[in-house]
Amino acid sequence: MDKSTLKYITKRVLISLATLFVIIFVLFMLMKLMPGTPFNDEKLTTTQKAAIYAKYGLDKPIIEQFFIYIQNMLHGDFGISYAIQRNMDVSVIVSSRMTISFFLGIGAVIIGTMIGILLGIVAALNRNTFWDTFATILSVIGVSIPSFVFCLLLLILLGVKIPVLPVLYNSNIPLESSIIPMIALSMGVIANVARFTRSEMIDVLQSEYILLAEAKGISRKHLILHHALRNCLIPVITVLGPIIVGLMTGSMVIEKICGIPGLGSLLVKAIEVRDYNVILAVSFLYSVLYIVIMLIIDILYGIIDPRIRLGKEEDA
Amino acid sequence: MKNKRDLVLKIRDLDISFKTDNGDVKAVRGVDLNLHRGETIAIVGESGSGKSVTTKAIMGILASNGKINNGTIEFTHYDLHGDRLKEAQEIYRNNGVIDSNWLHPDEIKTVDITKMNKKYLQKEIRGRRIAMVFQDPMTSLDPTMTIGKQIMEAMVFHYKTPKIEAWKKSVELLKLVGITNPEKRMKNYPHQLSGGMRQRIVIAIALSCDPEVLICDEPTTALDVTIQAKILELIKDIQKKKDLSVIYITHDLGVVAKVADFVNVMYAGRIVESGTVNDIFYDPKHPYTWGLLASMPDVDSVSDELYTIPGTPPNLLHNIQGDAFAPRNRYALKIDQKIAPPMFKISDTHKVASWLMAPQAPFVEMNPSLKRRIERMKKEANLK
Repeated sequence: MDKSTLKYITKRVLISLATLFVIIFVLFMLMKLMPGTPFNDEKLTTTQKAAIYAKYGLDKPIIEQFFIYIQNMLHGDFGISYAIQRNMDVSVIVSSRMTISFFLGIGAVIIGTMIGILLGIVAALNRNTFWDTFATILSVIGVSIPSFVFCLLLLILLGVKIPVLPVLYNSNIPLESSIIPMIALSMGVIANVARFTRSEMIDVLQSEYILLAEAKGISRKHLILHHALRNCLIPVITVLGPIIVGLMTGSMVIEKICGIPGLGSLLVKAIEVRDYNVILAVSFLYSVLYIVIMLIIDILYGIIDPRIRLGKEEDA
Repeated sequence: MKNKRDLVLKIRDLDISFKTDNGDVKAVRGVDLNLHRGETIAIVGESGSGKSVTTKAIMGILASNGKINNGTIEFTHYDLHGDRLKEAQEIYRNNGVIDSNWLHPDEIKTVDITKMNKKYLQKEIRGRRIAMVFQDPMTSLDPTMTIGKQIMEAMVFHYKTPKIEAWKKSVELLKLVGITNPEKRMKNYPHQLSGGMRQRIVIAIALSCDPEVLICDEPTTALDVTIQAKILELIKDIQKKKDLSVIYITHDLGVVAKVADFVNVMYAGRIVESGTVNDIFYDPKHPYTWGLLASMPDVDSVSDELYTIPGTPPNLLHNIQGDAFAPRNRYALKIDQKIAPPMFKISDTHKVASWLMAPQAPFVEMNPSLKRRIERMKKEANLK
């Protein structure tokens, strides 16, 4: 990695940190404005409630609370849960669930991207034949049907009719339990990636530099792998960013359906019971993820396409 | 003219059509073409006249809906392998010319490109024995690959040249095409270079496997006029050094005059006039050639207006009856509407496909202003 790239990344990270600060601030304020409290026990008297508030520091002015939170966060302390698992460290709750959600999400992205690119290439190379039509129909289905429908379909098929896979998530067999939700999540990715790869590949194959490469007498395989693929990946990567982020939110529904103890279901539950620290921690995690993925994609651009290499370059 | 030298390419009666949704487009309709070793020929014509299609057929890179219906493309090339090939490349690099005495008779091989399968064309012909320089250097290099990789690619593929050796050869090639600081340029990407430099790179790529034939498809159209001349000079220079046979495709008669030994004028998929540069420029016979010459910008011309040939080329989707040029030809005869003219032989080198050349035809002369211009051009040439 050269100096200018490093400088660019440092700059981006600093901007990201500022963004994160703003995000946390807004979230913090909004949560305090939300009606309701984490301590919804009818038996609690007003004095008891006040005591609890004082115990957790919730009686202090909001701004002060905010800065205490930030200070603790910088020390790696995300506070404790008020409602879901009372007095348990939020970082413990979140990290156990994070593993499952990330595993599902990343798995779906990898499966989806690989199959999607393959399908797109096959369709582009066999344009206007059976394979092209097949891939196009698959893409349209994948884009237009929400992932939870696939999930339900797969559950009925592979969980109920031919019971080879568990219907509900079973933490004793995490791998088997992840197959159905992972496939369901990857359908949208496959469809989107295939569509973009196909149209981009068709464009690239008609370009002059492909003709020149062909005129060199290199093999078709080499031509596709070394010249065409790389050039058609640039726009594909652009759509991949929002897709990955979309998977994180999309997985909330899937997690609910399959009973997966992941981040999505945790967030929904935390909002229901006003568990402030959990909401903050999960939202913070989502924001960090989003920013990191976008940064990775920007760096990937530069690796794939030298024309948009970050920072300035020596000129001809 | 290098008449006595052997034929490298001998195209006879080539007929190519493209399947489209509206029917078959007959892009090339019976083309005959000769290319001798060390010679430069030009194919001149408007866009859509079939000049590019003809050369793509030679390379075997016709679009997938294109089909060769008829005709032969006989290609006579050296057939060297292993050590003999290495030796030949060495000789090439040092002398440019391979002495025919050095070759065994069975090391010269003739194949009909139209009969060969894709794999053979890819492995034996394309890039290796016949190479191509494309029109637009801004788009013809892969933007995501370094210059060095793009030059080395064909060598590594065709001759299994080891990487280190390929690198050295590529640097040599860059020097040959006039790129300064070649070692550094090898690591550059296309977008870091200017248009003229990129076209030099494209030429270096074409030369990387020591081809015997170089096809230049409008190599200077996309370049500045000042750079145009330099690139033409470069190709000419390399041709001499390497004993290349060159085919120029162009619509620019200025380019033709500078580089070609022999000219083929193409119209609507046919060659309508062919001859040496002198034949075509000083003694043109076909009304279409007259039109092309008259529409060349001329500094000394009195008139402000640039001459254009009236009308547009015919739609090649339809069967053409008679002479395809007849509707745009003010000298067209009755017979032009019915029967396509054959090639009339004017001299050993000069042939014209026009009924005006028939013995019974009325005498028709080119427009006087063009005639004056040709006279002037002749005088200028003599002065030089």
